[in-house]
Amino acid sequence: MSRAIEEKLIFEKDHPGRTGASLPACDVPAADPASLLGPLARREAPALLPELSEVDVVRHFTRLSTYNYAVDMGLYPLGSCTMKYNPKINEEVARLEGFARLHPMQPESMAQGALELMATLQRHLCAVSGMDACTLQPSAGAQGEFTGIQLIRACLEDRGDARRVMLIPDSAHGTNPASAHFAGYEVEQIQSGADGCVDLAALSARMRPDVAGIMLTVPNTLGIFEKNIAEICRLLHANGSLVYVDGANLNALMGITRPGDWGADVMHINLHKTFSTPHGGGGPGAGPVVCKAHLEPFLPKPVLVQREGRYAWDHERPKSIGKVQAFFGNFLVLVRALAYIETLGGEGLKRASELAVLNANYLRAQLLPLLKLGFDGPTLHEVVFCDKELPNGVTTLDLAKRLIDYGFHPPTVYFPLIVHGALMIEPTETEPVEELDRFVEAVRAILEEARDRPDLVKSAPHAAYRRRLDEVAAARNPRLTYRPESPKG
Amino acid sequence: MSNPSDLKYTQTHEWIRVEGTKGTVGITDFAQHELGDIVFVEAPAPGTSLSAGSPMGSVESVKAVSEVNAPLSGAVAEVNPELADHPELMNQDPYGKGWILKMTLSDPGALGGLMDAAAYEKYVAEVTH
Amino acid sequence: MRYFPSSDEDVRALLAASGVKGVEDLFVSIPSEVRLKEPLAVPAAVPEPELRERFVGRSIRNSSATCRPCFLGAGAYDHYAPAAVDQLLLRSEFYTAYTPYQPELAQGTLQAIFEFQTMMADLTGMDVSNASLYDGGSATAEAALMAHRIHKGRRVLVARSLHPAYREVLRTYLRHIGLTVEEIPFGPDGRLDLGALKSRLDAEVCTVLVGQPNFFGVVEDVRAVASALPQERRPLLGVAVSEALSLALLEPPGRQGADIVCGEARSFGLPLGYGGPYLGFMTTRTQHMRQLPGRICGQTVDADGRRGFVLTLTTREQHIRREKATSNICTNEGLCMLAATIYLSLVGRKGLRELAVQNLSKAEYLKARLAEKGLRPLFASPTFNEFAVKLPVEGPKASEAAYAADLLGGYDLSRDYPELAGGHLLCATERVSKAACDRMADVLGGLS
Repeated sequence: MSRAIEEKLIFEKDHPGRTGASLPACDVPAADPASLLGPLARREAPALLPELSEVDVVRHFTRLSTYNYAVDMGLYPLGSCTMKYNPKINEEVARLEGFARLHPMQPESMAQGALELMATLQRHLCAVSGMDACTLQPSAGAQGEFTGIQLIRACLEDRGDARRVMLIPDSAHGTNPASAHFAGYEVEQIQSGADGCVDLAALSARMRPDVAGIMLTVPNTLGIFEKNIAEICRLLHANGSLVYVDGANLNALMGITRPGDWGADVMHINLHKTFSTPHGGGGPGAGPVVCKAHLEPFLPKPVLVQREGRYAWDHERPKSIGKVQAFFGNFLVLVRALAYIETLGGEGLKRASELAVLNANYLRAQLLPLLKLGFDGPTLHEVVFCDKELPNGVTTLDLAKRLIDYGFHPPTVYFPLIVHGALMIEPTETEPVEELDRFVEAVRAILEEARDRPDLVKSAPHAAYRRRLDEVAAARNPRLTYRPESPKG
Repeated sequence: MSNPSDLKYTQTHEWIRVEGTKGTVGITDFAQHELGDIVFVEAPAPGTSLSAGSPMGSVESVKAVSEVNAPLSGAVAEVNPELADHPELMNQDPYGKGWILKMTLSDPGALGGLMDAAAYEKYVAEVTH
Repeated sequence: MRYFPSSDEDVRALLAASGVKGVEDLFVSIPSEVRLKEPLAVPAAVPEPELRERFVGRSIRNSSATCRPCFLGAGAYDHYAPAAVDQLLLRSEFYTAYTPYQPELAQGTLQAIFEFQTMMADLTGMDVSNASLYDGGSATAEAALMAHRIHKGRRVLVARSLHPAYREVLRTYLRHIGLTVEEIPFGPDGRLDLGALKSRLDAEVCTVLVGQPNFFGVVEDVRAVASALPQERRPLLGVAVSEALSLALLEPPGRQGADIVCGEARSFGLPLGYGGPYLGFMTTRTQHMRQLPGRICGQTVDADGRRGFVLTLTTREQHIRREKATSNICTNEGLCMLAATIYLSLVGRKGLRELAVQNLSKAEYLKARLAEKGLRPLFASPTFNEFAVKLPVEGPKASEAAYAADLLGGYDLSRDYPELAGGHLLCATERVSKAACDRMADVLGGLS
């Protein structure tokens, strides 16, 4: 039923003789690559790039954009992704030339505005998390995790005891075990109790000298606050272990409670979630790490310092874990995050968390008569349902795909793994009540369809640019690049 | 699909057909059904030594990876050449064309830990409830 | 607050419908012992007009390449991005979307990734590409990890002439997983010392990593490096490209014997941005595609048989394989990937080559002008748009003199290479004029 233009691949639109960019006139003598670079260094074939006008290229990508769904079009309730509205002023200030054209190797004296901005952001992130120190270097959440676990390792090694095991609950995001592994730890999964929280008795029994630490997402991926968090921190510390908090779900907590006050040692913060820098269709993000003072000596270098009222980069950091990014972090993402924090202010941040939790609880209450909860406990910013009461063999995936026909992006599905057929819904604070109601009505209608016309749901979507795509065929016979037809003649 | 009575089965859902000193190995119908459409098989190269109960390769669907364990100890003699291009054979014919590898058994008599078809069916009924 | 649609009346209605008395009661599951008792120590909200002024103020307290011709490279090159690139990036269908987990609603992003993968595979002379990595530094580290997975050897040999920051990231990534990183020196020509390389090779070496062009701007003889590697237990040759524009002119590393090409593609349409976000990439041969880190997009069909695109080979990734994943990366550099795809489409195959020739020409011109002043290149090997000269003074003094003449750059090599005291790295892109080159030559030529 889609009437959208079928946009070809950019290579199939190639039109020799057209140009889409105007190069500056070359005001120096033209160099001869052949004589300067020698035969080994010369590229023989021209690149497989198209020749197109600016109009062709703009239309191509504009048409592609219409095949996407986005927050600016409506509710995007991906659980644990915090798809909140991305303010427009943030985009504008991040494009100021004084930021955009600032070279990372310029002397600090020429970048004081940027450094002040970074120092201010670090201070605010410490205030929100209750921590003492911050690095803005990690490029995204997973790199933040890796950095944070490296800090734990460096701290333990400094004490002369690196230890072996990182404890991770079964409800954790897959990046947690992967990050711990790349930091050299063995991952040991700990089971969630019947209430969806860490089983304190089991954890207590596991407190042996080989445990380096624990990685906890709070609230966890079920949207449930780890009620024994202070006791967990005490247990770990008594065992000489450290506590890592995955800040993916910080949007539930701002101004309400702070990981630093629970006793957590280190956490990462996803600026592209809680602090509204856009997801960009899969990045760029930023994953700053905040920590307590005892981990500060190990932060990635260089570290931002103030000397005689001027900001500077301190490279002399003998205990530093090194670098995780070539320069100082995803600076233009940091600009957007600070614009967001300063726009909201301390009270506004707290209000954002309150309204995010309120919206999630409203959706929970409205959906409760329709779907079965994954875990029965009080939820914060997101709520997880399971597939138990779906009729006629309709699956979570079918429900998700049918939501597309009703004009929504589906929630996160089949995660967390501990809930069967999970449907994980995070509305965020930026959704108006009408949009939430429209979503509830869509779920209600789809469940009716599932009872009366299950095939309609099982074959969804019907109204998107593409119907269900064959992921099995894609994986069995991977075609990862466009191959032009062999040239004629 | 019923599980052939001439095969032996593991608790990790592999089967083996023992013929003298040779064994042919695959995954069970239950296993392929649980995984769904199989898209890729990673098998060890001929000559690789295998240890009973230890991972020897993996089978992938679009959204899951499952390790395949060697039912018995020995060495890889031959790998099913069809699976590289047609992993779906494991779904279509798990006990026939979907075999993964043939191995030379180091101790052909030692079938102690393996189940026969009846015991395996009982085991599957237990783990699914 | 303009980002919160709920009015006070809405909030009351939402609370009532949720069966909750007040906002405070939403948080009863959080024990009071850990509740924050005082307001957040973050200053009060700033109205939009004032906020904009504040950020303009911060931006002008920097002296960017807007104000001065930029001769600083060192891994970040000042190229012009056509206005159409950013205008398209501002389409919120792209920038306010998530990673394309639901392909039916993300065909725009997915088709762009497929186009990007095709362009990068072609430019590097490889079969397959992933959908992006964070930056050149982490891409280099991921290349080493990938080579280790394939080869199993535990020694990583890296050219000392590879970008110093990339080498530092490499060490951080490899520190705790039982791999050693050893540096191979450069010869008097600024290229990887092949003799030293050969003497360090053994069956435990899983990869040899070289920069192309290397940190001194020198074009490495990748073919010679490839042929120095043994056939038996051959280590994988990883080529880290820090200036992607060079790919328009140089023979693709894939054709020269590289097994993995990785690096930094920020030059394709992205701002300098004080170091980020940039665009890491990685390409390889088909036989190694299942060892690639990060997202990969593949072509398929929908239920009606129409061509479409999905994220594929996902069992490599952390959300399925957890601690056994090829990488922990999740969010990558999606919008930067889009920028590069748009940029390369606009510039086109002829334009990109012409641009590369222009970069080469500018750098050669500057090189010649400096030679007239008696400042010789540090290395005689061919270079692309960046090269090192030997100055009679210390680096910071040269930078200050350039700054005083309204110029930006170059880079003091002795910061990372104590053995290259007086070594000064200069880059010239299409954005610096002949007059600026003359001025830089005068400034540096006048130092003593």
